[in-house]
Amino acid sequence: MSDTPAFEPRIVAFFCNWCTYTAADLAGTARLTYAPNVRVVRIMCSGRLDPQFVVTALRQGADGVLIGGCHPGDCHYQEGNYKMLRRFHLLKRMLKQFGIDDQRVRLEWISASEGDKVQRVINEMVAQVRDLGPLALVGKPTPHPDASEKHAAA
Amino acid sequence: MSETMQSAEPRVGVYVCHCGINIAAKVDIAAVVEFAKTLPYVIVVRDYKFMCSDPGQELLQQDIKELGLNRIVVASCSPLMHEATFRHATEAAGLNQFYFQMANIREHVSWVTADKALATRKSQALVSAAVRRVVLNEPLEHQKVPVKPNVLVVGGGIAGIHAALTLANAGKQVTLVEREPTIGGHMAKFDKTFPTLDCAACILTPKMSMVRSHPNITMLTYAEVVGVEGYVGNFTVKVKKKARYVHEELCVGCNECVEACVYKEGRFTDTFNEGLSKRKPVYMPFPQATPSVVLIDPESCIELKTGKCKKQCATACTRNAIDFTMTDEIVALEVGAIIIATGFQTFDATRIPQYGYGKFPNVYTSLEVERLVNASGPTGGEVQLRDGSTPKRVGIIHCVGSRDEKTNRHCSRVCCMYSLKLAHLIHERTDAEVYNLYIDMRTPGKGYEEFYDKLLKEGVNFIRGRAAEVTDWTVTPEEEGKLVIRAEDTLIGVVRRIPVDMVVLSVGLEAHADADEVRRLFNISCSKEGWFLERHPKLAPVSTFTDGIFIAGACQGPKDIPDTVAQAGAAVAEALALVDRGFVELEPNTAFITKELCSGCHTCIAMCPFSAIRYNKEAGVAEINPALCKGCGTCVAACPSGAAQQHLFTDEQIFQEIEGVLNYV
Repeated sequence: MSDTPAFEPRIVAFFCNWCTYTAADLAGTARLTYAPNVRVVRIMCSGRLDPQFVVTALRQGADGVLIGGCHPGDCHYQEGNYKMLRRFHLLKRMLKQFGIDDQRVRLEWISASEGDKVQRVINEMVAQVRDLGPLALVGKPTPHPDASEKHAAA
Repeated sequence: MSETMQSAEPRVGVYVCHCGINIAAKVDIAAVVEFAKTLPYVIVVRDYKFMCSDPGQELLQQDIKELGLNRIVVASCSPLMHEATFRHATEAAGLNQFYFQMANIREHVSWVTADKALATRKSQALVSAAVRRVVLNEPLEHQKVPVKPNVLVVGGGIAGIHAALTLANAGKQVTLVEREPTIGGHMAKFDKTFPTLDCAACILTPKMSMVRSHPNITMLTYAEVVGVEGYVGNFTVKVKKKARYVHEELCVGCNECVEACVYKEGRFTDTFNEGLSKRKPVYMPFPQATPSVVLIDPESCIELKTGKCKKQCATACTRNAIDFTMTDEIVALEVGAIIIATGFQTFDATRIPQYGYGKFPNVYTSLEVERLVNASGPTGGEVQLRDGSTPKRVGIIHCVGSRDEKTNRHCSRVCCMYSLKLAHLIHERTDAEVYNLYIDMRTPGKGYEEFYDKLLKEGVNFIRGRAAEVTDWTVTPEEEGKLVIRAEDTLIGVVRRIPVDMVVLSVGLEAHADADEVRRLFNISCSKEGWFLERHPKLAPVSTFTDGIFIAGACQGPKDIPDTVAQAGAAVAEALALVDRGFVELEPNTAFITKELCSGCHTCIAMCPFSAIRYNKEAGVAEINPALCKGCGTCVAACPSGAAQQHLFTDEQIFQEIEGVLNYV
């Protein structure tokens, strides 16, 4: 990527174990290719999504955050997705106040059988964030390659 | 051992799997290995063709013993696929299994990424995340929970019947719930079964009767599951028994009440006969109905509608079984496992108006013809047109509501074979000229192709092509008074007009219209078409994403009777493996409260959907009951002070994972 001047966004995704993570597995089984910019962190339920995870991801260098949960009414834990939905709206308001375009954070309900939706949403989001450009936070740390930290840890 | 591990400096081993060429073709394995070597605490990095194989597992086990590794990362497939495999391997080498972490570089990388360089970078980032995270993993123990020994089977078709009987024969107490007033399902409507032409009733009704008399089976017919609570091994199920207005234990099925009903003739649609006959408000669904008990339809019964009937049925019943005051009843069950076998519905042929179903009286669905050829059907097995005459020419149109972009894209799997069977039966009973209009003849099954051969020799006509329409617009004298099927015969390349007396639409199989509600009730998933989703299409075909709930038969996808029975047997084996073990090990990903950090603000308590959190007044802190906690982590996300944490998913572990995935090299 360092050879290409074009901006490639970094997107962190938080997918719930039961619906969206499984859908992403299904996209794989069905060999649906999509943009490689999104990296998935698995959580058991979208209700586990602490808004701090989103903020931390943006602070650590992500240009966007994608959240995937079960469709309303389908939560494996009854209502975790609703709890997350409330936090999500608050989080978006907060991000706006920080001057972060709220299009950088996206929530999608994707069921275990919707592998094609994973593909579509990821491609759309990567294109959208690519258009928005890099997230320019003041004092944003440049992510260090882990190699240098090995010595720090040792 | 775990204590020394905990205090010891992390020593991480990373194992990168080629998965044959599944990963290796798209990911530069050597580059991932070299990268992993640079990550903190990593002692050894190896790659292997198939990490899940015995030699692959031995690699990491040997390193645990010889290199003193205390953390393991395997970069391979999805954790939903092989996490358990590698956890066991880790545990078998003497290390707590939760010191293991997986990086999904197959489903999430190699299978979905076009560019090899980018796939390699993504794999490196995921390995980096797994290494950072595994360092913080803690030793945990599975929570053991006892399993209730009873099993619930939902659906009384051949799948549910076979499952219930097999479980009962294994000594389990089974409750079989069926929505209709009788068990038997679709199979009870058939006359013969393909390809052996076994009489369906001869092989099914003895099983139905065994269900009724088996001491280990409780049959709840005319009943529906309305609530499911609990978790694997410990489900509480609520079943609504609809009012039959007849006491099941008193009724002996003598039909005296049916005779006595003020309606001298049947006036209401007999759904068992697909609407080809009429029944009275008090009726027996069909002669071999199980249980052999009548019921009263509140929609058509004068007494139940207006309260102004002579109630001759009640007078006629010498056993006083009829009770107009009966109401719906809720039955609560405690079960360890649930088998869902709710079957299918057939395609509504009116959705393809060009075939004229509902417009031309002599256009039938295949299920209607099943009733016509059935000896206990409305015509006593005579294949007749609506006017009572015998058809001389019959056209069978395949793939109605199957393999069609406009209706259902899937192949319903059974229609070719049942169309052949109906062609044979119609030809045998009426000596009619029979035409099969098919797209492809699909006969993959034991004896199926041979059956097709037999039909070819019997002189049944086969025309390869999808029928365009069924019309009464006639052009030649020989078409006069007949229905004309227009179709392209793709083998000779002409459009043909086939005049017939009777059209049979081979309707496809669909998921039930309310499959989505049923799925939500049991907290399982379904495909876009509404078929219930298996945990893995090949390796866990009867399991669902909810542990302890299994699926069997056509509710999972279209299938014929042999496959349905085989699948029911498989579901029973899985259910027995669960209940006979006597306990389940629950994933220890429960939430916990660090007392020192808890301010007693109560935020988490309202979050928990399982009432697992309570406030300890004396200590002034919240407490989580691990036996009730299901591990969603919603309380953890809500806790303002960080006192609530989740095992396996602590904030710190997730922060490390975030940093790891953002580590673009």
